[in-house]
Amino acid sequence: MTQKIATRDAYGDALVNLGKKRSDVVVLDADLSGSTKTSKFAKAFPDRFFNIGIAEQDMMGTAAGLAVGGKLPFASTFAVFATGRAWEQVRQSICYPNLNVKIVASHAGVTVGEDGGSHQSVEDIAVMRVIPNMTVIVPADGIETMQAIEAAAEMKGPCYVRVGRNKVPVIFGPDYRFAIGKAHVFHEGKDAAIIACGLMTAEALAARELLAAEGINAGVINMASIKPLDRDAVVAAARQCGAVVTAEEHSIIGGLGGAVAEALAEEAPVPMVRVGMKDVFGTSGTGEGLLKHYGLSAADIAAAVKEVIKKKKSA
Amino acid sequence: MAATETQLKDLGEKARRMRIDILKMLHGCGSGHTGGSLSSTDIVTALYFYKMKYDPKNPGWDGRDHFVLSKGHAAPMLYAALAHAGYFEQAELCTLRKLGSRLQGHPDSKNLPGVEISTGSLGQGLSVANGIALARRLDKGQNRVYALLGDGELQEGQIWEAAMTAAHYKLDNLCALVDNNGLQIDGPVAKVMNVEPITDKWRAFGWEVMDIDGHSIAALCDALDRAETVKGKPVCIVCRTVKGKGCSLFEGKVEFHGTTPSNEELETALKELAEGACI
Repeated sequence: MTQKIATRDAYGDALVNLGKKRSDVVVLDADLSGSTKTSKFAKAFPDRFFNIGIAEQDMMGTAAGLAVGGKLPFASTFAVFATGRAWEQVRQSICYPNLNVKIVASHAGVTVGEDGGSHQSVEDIAVMRVIPNMTVIVPADGIETMQAIEAAAEMKGPCYVRVGRNKVPVIFGPDYRFAIGKAHVFHEGKDAAIIACGLMTAEALAARELLAAEGINAGVINMASIKPLDRDAVVAAARQCGAVVTAEEHSIIGGLGGAVAEALAEEAPVPMVRVGMKDVFGTSGTGEGLLKHYGLSAADIAAAVKEVIKKKKSA
Repeated sequence: MAATETQLKDLGEKARRMRIDILKMLHGCGSGHTGGSLSSTDIVTALYFYKMKYDPKNPGWDGRDHFVLSKGHAAPMLYAALAHAGYFEQAELCTLRKLGSRLQGHPDSKNLPGVEISTGSLGQGLSVANGIALARRLDKGQNRVYALLGDGELQEGQIWEAAMTAAHYKLDNLCALVDNNGLQIDGPVAKVMNVEPITDKWRAFGWEVMDIDGHSIAALCDALDRAETVKGKPVCIVCRTVKGKGCSLFEGKVEFHGTTPSNEELETALKELAEGACI
């Protein structure tokens, strides 16, 4: 049976590892440290952890100041608050001065589940991606999250990393190495390429199996680095398969699907279908139930692949 | 330690020369914030030429004190101070707000040495100052952090989030100064959205509060000296000021918040400032 780890748990562990290696790492949270798993760092390094209370805007500004003071701050809260409530602070106090602040937001997407639409961030990738100087990473599993946090710490400048609440399958081996700006090709395909991020990469891999049973060869590419996007990988997949499906636990507007569409339109126009939240808010339910409800399951991706192949044939 | 008579005389002269620079700069580019630059000139003079430690040849010097201009629209005043402090040539002041200039309409820390953090969107500077103060305390540094806020800016909720944070973390290496000139773009602060009682608010948030004449350089130097002796909590110096201070044409005039002097106004203002010269 596949091992499952929540990417937020991996984040908590990665922070502790980083804290051991680097004395300049500091962590901020806005009263959600138990949920974002920054509590692990808080326990290990209480002097370097700052709970700012329920004040996300102040947290982002404080993180900016810690970076001015030579620290490497990681600021965490739920994705909807980190990128929504504090968007302008992220823009003005972090990205405009190009400060070395890492924002790692948890409980992204609909798999927050029961808390409902108010807490389900389906716009965060879009609103972070649009800010100049910002790097955006959406890791697919625990292994990639650990790697992404290391990479974020190594790079200079603002970085947004999106992690989730629920346990998701571990799809990478221990030797996997994530690099900012680089996609990971799980499978090259022939009929269509699925480009996915976050927990949707595991769904995409399952979709590939479903399609294989019907004689369809779908490639699977994990695109954790949404910005900078690995345009070469997108273009290569488009040229190889002639059709692209994107899959993300986010609005189909402005996120991975948007970024891939931009790249394709400019460099290798091919038929495309976006799997994601279709310009709607979420609702209460179980994480798994919501993925099915909003058409974000492996079966939905498989259906999107068939649709895009039809488009390709009629093009 | 207190400022000597000679020091105070020199500081007064410095403030006068900075006001002249500010007016020339603003007149030269035809846009920008005159009133709030002039109301805070004495405050920043006391900071840059009496209190703060810095090295213009090495802007990132680890031992420096930090200044955050939370009311970023007073950028011309900060640029005048930085030029007088030696961060760049005074000739560069005339590039204010021009294409390619390091002297952006609001301070941009990416490009201009001496600017600690980009500001301009009100309400954000105190949080940044808190972060710097926390970082310096972690390093057991002696550095002090100063943040200059506008009184209208106190209408921003984030200021009060940051006020809580500074008191919660007992940031006694932090000093906020409020340029209480009583006016904002749309009119008197009291009329647009009253922020009084300012001193009671900061006290209630757990700060040590001083209430001074923000145009008395002696009072400013004294308050900054006293602020260093306060332990276990941050200090807020509420500086009672006059918008457009130093030029009778602009003093207390709300219309000079975001407008610049005409040729005639500049002439009159420079004449007044010349008469105030300590020779």
